[in-house]
Amino acid sequence: MTDRVVEGFKEGAPGRAMIQRIKELSGGRRVTFMEVCGTHTVEFFKSGLRSALSDYVRLVSGPGCPVCVTPNSVIDRAVAYSLRPDTLVTTFGDMIRVPGSVSSLEKAKSEGGRVRIVYSTLDALNIARANPKLNVVFMGIGFETTSPTVAASIEMASKQGVPNYSVLCSHKVIPPALEALASGGEEIDLQGFLCPGHVSVIIGSRAYAPIAEKRGIPCVITGFEPLDMAQGILMLLEQAVEGRSEVENQYSRAVRAAGNGKALALIDRVFEIVDSEWRGFGIMPGAGFGIKEAYADFDAEKRWSVEVEPSKEHPGCRCAEVLRGRILPVDCPLFKKVCTPQSPVGACMVSSEGTCAAYYKYGSEKL
Amino acid sequence: MTLKNIMLSHGAGGKQTHDLIAELFVENFSNIYLDSLDDSAVLGQEGPDSEFVFTTDSYVVKPTFFPGGNIGKLAVCGTVNDLAVMGAVPKYLSCGFIIEDGFLFSDLEKIVVSMKSALDEAGSRIVTGDTKVVEKGAADGIFINTAGVGVRKKGIRPGISSIQEGDVILINGFIGDHGLAVMAERENFPFKTSVTTDCAPLNGLISKLVEAVPGTRFMRDATRGGLATVLNEIASESSLGIRLDEQSIPKRETTAKFCDMLGLDPLYLANEGKVVAVVPGTDLETALAALKSHPYGTDSAVIGRLVGEHPGRVTIKTAIGGSRILDMLTGDPLPRIC
Amino acid sequence: MCLAVPVKIIEILDIETAIFDIDGVGNEVNISLVEDLEPGDYVLVHAGFAIEKLDREEALKTLEMFEEIARETGMLSADGENL
Repeated sequence: MTDRVVEGFKEGAPGRAMIQRIKELSGGRRVTFMEVCGTHTVEFFKSGLRSALSDYVRLVSGPGCPVCVTPNSVIDRAVAYSLRPDTLVTTFGDMIRVPGSVSSLEKAKSEGGRVRIVYSTLDALNIARANPKLNVVFMGIGFETTSPTVAASIEMASKQGVPNYSVLCSHKVIPPALEALASGGEEIDLQGFLCPGHVSVIIGSRAYAPIAEKRGIPCVITGFEPLDMAQGILMLLEQAVEGRSEVENQYSRAVRAAGNGKALALIDRVFEIVDSEWRGFGIMPGAGFGIKEAYADFDAEKRWSVEVEPSKEHPGCRCAEVLRGRILPVDCPLFKKVCTPQSPVGACMVSSEGTCAAYYKYGSEKL
Repeated sequence: MTLKNIMLSHGAGGKQTHDLIAELFVENFSNIYLDSLDDSAVLGQEGPDSEFVFTTDSYVVKPTFFPGGNIGKLAVCGTVNDLAVMGAVPKYLSCGFIIEDGFLFSDLEKIVVSMKSALDEAGSRIVTGDTKVVEKGAADGIFINTAGVGVRKKGIRPGISSIQEGDVILINGFIGDHGLAVMAERENFPFKTSVTTDCAPLNGLISKLVEAVPGTRFMRDATRGGLATVLNEIASESSLGIRLDEQSIPKRETTAKFCDMLGLDPLYLANEGKVVAVVPGTDLETALAALKSHPYGTDSAVIGRLVGEHPGRVTIKTAIGGSRILDMLTGDPLPRIC
Repeated sequence: MCLAVPVKIIEILDIETAIFDIDGVGNEVNISLVEDLEPGDYVLVHAGFAIEKLDREEALKTLEMFEEIARETGMLSADGENL
């Protein structure tokens, strides 16, 4: 079953070589790059790249963890739905333990709420088909990578007549967040974005052109194998050293300039751009997806109104600054002392891809 | 027996209980200790330089049947292995069944037959037992408790306190298969897979190791919490550091792929046929050869060593030459999409 | 939220569904988001959907670049042995 185009990216030697190059190129200065995607945050740790590069590159983590940026009110809404009669909330595993203002889906389940973890919206749709009397609500969390799969399920539900299926849509889009971070970039001396590979599969590499051109911040779209990430950093460093600010595509085997046309068209049919509340950023204009009026029947929020408290954060929580790369988890006074994965205070610790959770689990000490 | 379901009367101690014991349990497990069906089994004498080793475990795995095994096979192998890693010969097992009213007799029979098969392979015997039946809902299908008595020569004392800096760590094969197999059998699992449990009695393998390397410092089976948890236990209890080599850790390619798709880490998935062994550095080659010479050890590997740095912590040297910490399992491994 | 894994397609069932293979047992994946798929192609799978077809040429180009850097930095010998 081994094929070079997959297995070749798991080798070690080229990675060591790239680290060596990065060391030579950095010439004693430490530039600051931001990796945006939660999966990148985790993979930098897991691959050992973070520790290997720490002397040469200052890597801060951005807000690309959809669980982390989901406000309490959305979770509260999902919890409320799960406790309604004849309603089942289906969700990706990542959300099940995330605490809202009062409860989580996991807790709601133990109190009689109906919650089921699914791997795909297709599973949720199948459950809805098999149980016509059950209201099946899918908790729509995720960026552009996941949004087309949710849009597809709504379109299928409409075409195939599955009226008991609906989506609690809390999807978000990445470029406005990058724009917001870039405009505040001087505060953290940001010299490059390592752009999320799979989001870019959908939106295309040219989506980042405004950031590179207008903001003068280099962007390198990067894959998720250790070799991809090492090369991505190397390419960013080369741009920084050479004074360029371009969009470059390290993940060329999967990302095209125009992205995935079919997926973008599908998103366009089902979703519209809306203002969206991001934990840590407040309401960001044009930073989320809403379900179009034509598919209002499948919009959980339009079908059922529930009372939820406006989101509020724990007073000492500094997730907002972590999500913007302004501080590292170790700079937060609550980190490890009060806020841990078992008793999380803020979103960054709750999600398995949250910056603080990653730092906690994989260790921020120099090894 | 032409019985369809186990009923409450089968646990009441009357005729139905006796019939069940005679026609299913004694029929399959028969041996001189069990057959007399006394209140207690009278075990043989052991020589003056032997000592007893004793363990117990309860098995509540869900689902009851999974690819390559079932709760019964687990119940025998788990207890056999707990004795074997202590350097003991696993001789006598007790077996207590707690069965839910309505449990299919044919399922119980399948479980008993695989227990017998595992016992035969291990050379162990069930010498005493108990059967209870509880109302629907009071037990999830079937629970099994097995306790085991093993015998070892005095002086063979594998233990964490023997572990020293410079010792090496070996494992006898691919990690994570059992955890994945059990998950795959559960209702919501999104893929079809051919992965099977690695559940096996390891006393034969372990004998080979200890014979070749009498100075084996310590052994433990890597069950719940996976390899990562056992290694953290060793580091913490020995107050030494452990440095692993990521590329040496044996992973079945297909298990690794499914884990990638679900966001799971094989290092944290349960195993039921894997032993972690710590031996002196100088015995590395001998130990590895001994493990590899046994069918349950063909994919054995040296995966790390005990070091003086970062006492109590486990670190991994990654493929690209970087480093990271390997923590204990916290919470339940949930499939992720993120 | 970016877990997407490359798998090999072994059969196209219809315009929406294909079969991929990891361990000899086929699994379904929704292919409505990709085009021109053929058995033998690799796709990235995310949450039950193929989100893109892997470009073999580009993959090999990237690997070639890796090897070149490794050779130049002395980490790989001329005939591909890790040093």
